[in-house]
Amino acid sequence: MNDLWHQIFNFSDYGALLGLVKNSLVAGAILGLVGGLVGTFVVMRDLPFAVHGISELSFAGASGALLLGTNVVAGSLVGSLLAACAIGALGIRARDRNSIIGVLMPFGLGLGVLFLALYKGRAANKFGLLTGQIVAVDTVQLSWLAGTAAVILILLVILWRPLTFASVDPEVASARGVPVRALAPLFTIVLGLAVAISIQIVGALLVLTLLCTPAAAAMRVTASPVKAPLLSTLFATVSVVGGTMLALGSSIPISPYVTTISFTIYLVCRGIGAVRTRTTWGRRKALPYAGQSEARTEAPAARLAGKG
Amino acid sequence: MISLRDAALSYGERVLWRDLTLEVGRGEFLAVLGPNGSGKTSLLRALLGQVPLSAGTLTIDGRPPRRGSAIVGYIPQQKSLAPNTPLRSRDLVRLGIDGHRWGIGRGGPAIRRRVEELLADVGAAPYADVPVGMLSGGEQQRVRVAQALATDPRILLCDEPLLSLDLNHQRAITELLDRRRRTRDTTVVFVTHEINPILAMVDRVLYLAGGRFSVGTVSEVMTSQTLSELYGTTVDVIRTGGRIVVAGAADASGSSHHSGSAKEAGT
Repeated sequence: MNDLWHQIFNFSDYGALLGLVKNSLVAGAILGLVGGLVGTFVVMRDLPFAVHGISELSFAGASGALLLGTNVVAGSLVGSLLAACAIGALGIRARDRNSIIGVLMPFGLGLGVLFLALYKGRAANKFGLLTGQIVAVDTVQLSWLAGTAAVILILLVILWRPLTFASVDPEVASARGVPVRALAPLFTIVLGLAVAISIQIVGALLVLTLLCTPAAAAMRVTASPVKAPLLSTLFATVSVVGGTMLALGSSIPISPYVTTISFTIYLVCRGIGAVRTRTTWGRRKALPYAGQSEARTEAPAARLAGKG
Repeated sequence: MISLRDAALSYGERVLWRDLTLEVGRGEFLAVLGPNGSGKTSLLRALLGQVPLSAGTLTIDGRPPRRGSAIVGYIPQQKSLAPNTPLRSRDLVRLGIDGHRWGIGRGGPAIRRRVEELLADVGAAPYADVPVGMLSGGEQQRVRVAQALATDPRILLCDEPLLSLDLNHQRAITELLDRRRRTRDTTVVFVTHEINPILAMVDRVLYLAGGRFSVGTVSEVMTSQTLSELYGTTVDVIRTGGRIVVAGAADASGSSHHSGSAKEAGT
């Protein structure tokens, strides 16, 4: 039992180890920022499945690069962007989109497995692409990561308001002149870039822990369009950086630490959200509409029926 | 304010309406009725500059329609928003002010005050900070009115805004629209399945059916004779207790609440 514990948590020589993974910690902080912000739109636009689909093709690209001995980040970027373009071009309607993702995803995973099977290098490299790694971030990779993150952040800053409008309220946004149709493939590209860099740290299988869970957690506790992305970023950063630091001395991949922290935050937020719904936001339901002409208040049942 | 001349709209072979000539004046309340697929929503889309006419001309305040024009406000039908949508009522209204602009956008006290005013005007101030996903249908539509008025438009386009609201909320919303047009001379184009909630305020009716149309006051258009000619089959229009009931028209009943397919060619 004690052995098992030491496999999972081992903090001997911690200071020395910390120096070795400085790059990974910086990468984690960057990913937290990007993941938290992009995740807000992933949840608003109901795209978690697209995230998963893109990540499998990104994985194929990365493993292809590993096999060819070229830059792995560049490889995963190529895979991601191809997937994002395919989804953006073919899947304009939500229903089409999901089946196209369902078709692309196993193909990408299959390709990736093929490339890894042919690859004769270190086994840790292979496994890392699927389940995450910390030691593999060298300076070249870090600069790729930071560069891509900068592109994502610039695009997000430009698109922020119209993208929010188009995501939550497409009809009125379109009436107000927002190019709703053009924004969808554009955001898919941003998403592709974010997935490609996330894979480097948390692995292809667990990208959602960065691009969905933190944003979903934040939206449980706030409805403010300013606080939600800020909290989401905070949660994502705490998850990746915290997960990296916990994983440091152990022989286990980084992802279980990251996913556990991220999931725990989500559970706590869900609890807080449930309480808030019943108290602050929900209390209003018991009050009659002050100063208005309605003679009666809707019963809660009628409200639910009206929303159906 | 709105001027249509020999206007036609068709998708491929299918002609929704043609030879439509119509002037809608300042402060006029025009109801657009007709069965599903008759081109009511497409007419709104043309007015919004989202689809071009296939023939004829359309001008709004003397100019061709333009997407995102500030002189046109749009109120969609009520629909449920995801409960975790990270927007409050005030944020939805604010998107109506500057949501179409690029960049992040810093609120500032001027915009904040404007949002407060708009919400107070429609009686939505008590739930300004409530997440939009938790609003009732009637509350959501009040906020929609505030959002549509954000640019102080001179024309309000309403696409079945009363659908799935109970009678009290239907009345509250129509009163808001009527007050706006009386106090500010705003033109209202109101697409609906159901004329009764707006009977008291309608100036003219545009009835679309089977590629044809009829325009006039309620008592001119809503008659057995006119509607029978439009549909090419016997349609009975019955006036009872201040209400109008249309019987016999395929999918054009005066009281049905079907939505879904009414949104033909929606985005």
